[in-house]
Amino acid sequence: MVSVPATIKKTVAAKSSQTAEKIGIVILLAGLCVAPFFIYPFFLMDALCFALMACAFNLLVGYAGLLSFGHAMFMGTGSYLCAWLAVTHGQPVWLGIIVGVLAATVLGALTGVLAIRRQGIYFSMTTLALSQLIYFVAVEAPFTHGEDGLQPVAQGKIFGGLIDLSQPLQLYFCVLTIFAVGFLLIYRIINSPFGEVLKAIRENEPRAISLGYKADHYKFMAFTLSAALTGLAGATKAVVVQHASLSDVYWTTSGSIILMTLLGGMGTIFGPVLGAFLIEGMQNYLATAGQWITVIQGLVFVICVLAFRKGIIGEIAANLGIRL
Amino acid sequence: MLQFLHYPPQLWFGQLSLGLINGSFYALLSLGLAVIFGMLNIVNFAHGAVYMLGAFCAWFLLNGFDIPYPALIHGHLALASAHVPTHLNMWWALFLSPLIVGTFGMILQRTMLRRLEGLEPIYGLLLTFGFAAIIQGLLGNAYGSSGEPYDIPDVLSGGHNLGFMFLPNYRIFVVVASSIVCFGTWFAIERTRFGSTLRAATENPRLVQAFGINVPLMITLTYGLGVAIAAFAGVLAAPIYQVNPTMGADLIVVVFAVVVIGGMGSILGSIVSGYMLGLVEGVTKVVYPQASGVIVFVIMAIVLLLRPSGLFGRAS
Repeated sequence: MVSVPATIKKTVAAKSSQTAEKIGIVILLAGLCVAPFFIYPFFLMDALCFALMACAFNLLVGYAGLLSFGHAMFMGTGSYLCAWLAVTHGQPVWLGIIVGVLAATVLGALTGVLAIRRQGIYFSMTTLALSQLIYFVAVEAPFTHGEDGLQPVAQGKIFGGLIDLSQPLQLYFCVLTIFAVGFLLIYRIINSPFGEVLKAIRENEPRAISLGYKADHYKFMAFTLSAALTGLAGATKAVVVQHASLSDVYWTTSGSIILMTLLGGMGTIFGPVLGAFLIEGMQNYLATAGQWITVIQGLVFVICVLAFRKGIIGEIAANLGIRL
Repeated sequence: MLQFLHYPPQLWFGQLSLGLINGSFYALLSLGLAVIFGMLNIVNFAHGAVYMLGAFCAWFLLNGFDIPYPALIHGHLALASAHVPTHLNMWWALFLSPLIVGTFGMILQRTMLRRLEGLEPIYGLLLTFGFAAIIQGLLGNAYGSSGEPYDIPDVLSGGHNLGFMFLPNYRIFVVVASSIVCFGTWFAIERTRFGSTLRAATENPRLVQAFGINVPLMITLTYGLGVAIAAFAGVLAAPIYQVNPTMGADLIVVVFAVVVIGGMGSILGSIVSGYMLGLVEGVTKVVYPQASGVIVFVIMAIVLLLRPSGLFGRAS
């Protein structure tokens, strides 16, 4: 008997696991194409925005091992900039989304430089404090209109009138396209050589450094990318819900994004999407429950951390022995 | 530079004394965080929530509280409540509230936090974030977001007219009481036999356990101590800020920034940076009030640029 060398076994395993992921992606996107004919499209769009945000957050926490507690600042920046251009300056929403993403990217680069100077738990506290700084700026700055927020964002028509965003279905497929582009981009990043280095840094930073990788550069890139994609989701959300408000930039939103990712499964491809739909669904379903939502979210946090740290998708993947 | 001095002295001393008060709360809370972090390697996100719980506990002790219980009313199962009339004043509250909330903290540690030993500290942050959400949500449900007033004991009401400003007695009391607790904690940890065992257990728990010292019990007591200090701060804060469910939520974020500035490595460092940043905030309120909400975060950013490991931190 000739035993199969471990490396070959590994390659085969990796290939078959990628197949599972690819099948999963096709099912997910196909399902999302039919979903609006059965489920209220505005709920789906809202959930898709949060799903993209959670995926972007997951890129950072799941693959680079950096727990950011300040992602609301990127979401809020994207959403405010988009709404500001549309409401105050009457610009089309596509321009708002582009500017929103650019602004979130710049903010991501600036805060990234500061935050990656500290590691572990200090990184989390630093990002939280920086996002609170942005929150206070949003409270004080005149263009955000404080408590009132910015509204209504006129959705209008794009591509020379070809697509009318005020039609729910047309808006839905635009949002789905943005989500799919972001999701596939993140999937590509995770499986690129860049993504492999990120995972190496997450597993053992000193070793990655000793192999000649500039860990800080990689972390900075991952942070900025994650910020840009979160800004994209935030700007898109401003178009969907037609307003930008202080809650977008408040730290409880960062908490929600973390909860979605934790519940679905940190470091899994599909986990954040599932988590976002579950948490948004719960908030939608229990909209009248007021403060009980906070209590339930807290309970979910406690149960996730104590009982299943891998999250729902993570546990399923571990049971089936595949990557999802 | 000189134009700063053109503000009236009343404004200066008023804001500086308020700054010192805020600094007292920052110092007490960041001290508790540092004590807990040193022993448990956990950043206690629930620290703002237990501070709020301390204030509520004092309010309950003063006004009495309702205990809900299930009962048969007209043949249906429903929630009834029994009123427990307590009229304990602030002196009792300053003693009892930290005791009650500290015990509550120790129960949380024994039943849940303990299971996270050996895991990455991130999970401790997430778990305590969950605690904070539950506590805040439950009290928010019961008491809404409006504040409940809490009266200062008669002895501490009134104040002194210093000629250039009116100094309320209660402000003096808060600063003195918080300094005593801060100094006491520092002394207990840095200068007593118990403290040296504690510090040894922080460095090398296995070795200390081999000497026959009950380290798990020590960890529980430490968590209880940190939580009790936060509850003590909450009781002190009750008459100044009204008692309400969100009073700890924003404060904890500022305290995190204080901790990043000071570094959690040293007890003294967390105390000093707490008072210092309270004062800096007070100065900002005079000179440029719009920035008073963000000044701590701006200082944090500057410190991260110049001294990434914090003012009093050891390089990691």
